[in-house]
Amino acid sequence: MSSGDVWILGIHMTKFGKHPDQTTVELAAEAALGALADANVHMKDMGILAAGNLMGGGGMGQQLQKAIGQTGIPVYNVANACATGATALRTAVMAIKAGECDYGLAVGVEKLAGAGLLAGGSRKAESDTWTPAGPYGAVAPIDGRIGTETMPGVFAQIGMEYGHKYGGTSFDLFAKISEKNHAHSTLNPKAAYQKRFTLDEIKNDVMIAYPNTRPMCSANCDGAAAAVVVSDAKLRTLDPDQRRRAIKISASVLTSDPWEEACQILPNVNTLTRNAAKQAYEQAGVGPEDLDLVELHDCFATAELVHYDNLMLCPEGGAVDFFNSGATWRDGSIPVNVSGGLESKGHPIAATGIANIWEVCTHLRGEGGDRQIEGATVGLAHVIGLGSACGVHILEKAGV
Amino acid sequence: MAQVPFVDYLVLGDDPHLTAHECTACGARYFDRRLACASCEGREFRTAAVATSGEVRAFTIVSLAAPGIPVPFVAAVIDCDGTSVRANIVNVPPDADHVALGMKVRLTTFPVGTDSAGTEAVVFGFEPA
Repeated sequence: MSSGDVWILGIHMTKFGKHPDQTTVELAAEAALGALADANVHMKDMGILAAGNLMGGGGMGQQLQKAIGQTGIPVYNVANACATGATALRTAVMAIKAGECDYGLAVGVEKLAGAGLLAGGSRKAESDTWTPAGPYGAVAPIDGRIGTETMPGVFAQIGMEYGHKYGGTSFDLFAKISEKNHAHSTLNPKAAYQKRFTLDEIKNDVMIAYPNTRPMCSANCDGAAAAVVVSDAKLRTLDPDQRRRAIKISASVLTSDPWEEACQILPNVNTLTRNAAKQAYEQAGVGPEDLDLVELHDCFATAELVHYDNLMLCPEGGAVDFFNSGATWRDGSIPVNVSGGLESKGHPIAATGIANIWEVCTHLRGEGGDRQIEGATVGLAHVIGLGSACGVHILEKAGV
Repeated sequence: MAQVPFVDYLVLGDDPHLTAHECTACGARYFDRRLACASCEGREFRTAAVATSGEVRAFTIVSLAAPGIPVPFVAAVIDCDGTSVRANIVNVPPDADHVALGMKVRLTTFPVGTDSAGTEAVVFGFEPA
């Protein structure tokens, strides 16, 4: 009897880093072919393709089909900022849940090496006469004149706001979060950067937007990740080897931000993450205390702190004490970002929301090598796309 | 010299202040042009004056910005008597020793440049109160 669950049958992540010799489509193809091989299935088996890519000019799904197999299936090109990969995965999951197909392929890919600032980093030339335009009646771009739109600056304020509300934050604290993730990255051969930094090195590096120095910011890089998902009914017909490595998607949730005072002044990444986490724990029937590892969206060190709280890994307002207890180091009670996180593994935007699921699945399958979290059976993957979209997936090792 | 506010929600003159579009149904405030209220779907707005003093709820010191933006500068969210405002903090050294969470600040205005017709654009910021 089918449970109606959806499973990850195969999943793959390319090495993150610089791939100057591969096109965006070739990177996507490498990830997709890797996931199909991992699942031991083929493009002709797939009933839906969901593809995410933000910087490549559009139509990634169809371009990918032309590279690896045109079978006429529906293609959904999705875009949801940094939550694009999770949105692609969720699109495939929904198609299976709706009973439209038994197999789906989700892919996220980005080429970002050397991209620099991604918002607020480029401006149109100011005109030679002041002419009010746009929804604010502004005579020139407001970024830099009235606050900041740069991502390091926005997320810096998000971390500082937490400090204002609950106290206990400092430059040192945020730098220590980055120190942890860079230390974790030394065990991940697929990370873009595997260098361990001392606390002083992190604090004395180039300041981008206080309190975020360069190593405290996500690393722009190239990369792709892909997952093959399968219905419970189909999985039950497959070989024991395929079933043994399948990972159950116990929760798949996507939220956006409900209106609150100030949410259009400084993006509120807290409420929608908390809402997603609550829904996910309820769907999965597990609680934060059951998690063996968490990959959360540390686009900046300041962001990681607030998400400890938003994902309810700690009591409300208790993120600073929680971090200082050592809980989120790989030998702590809830290891967070053992991949190295976005700060060192890298953040090829549309790939991130599947890459974090690959990391969790790798541990649940017991295939994590040197960085394996021993005995991991339940994990959570979280992404935030500013604007905002939040994806939370809970994954479980479970026999079928 | 002719002056123009940098944004249309800045009112210049003897008593410079910000205005918001306030939803007549639920009181939600917005600085941008609106068709509907994101909080309650209301369609009617009135103009509301925003308090000119407040408290720093969040800040960052931006050291890397677009070309043409002088760095470092302090970007912040100011709680102006319940209405959150995005602004730079000015007239203070841009470092963590001089800017603090919870700091009391007040609105100030200053010119940012003159166009080819001789009109001066005036922007707002907040300075220590």
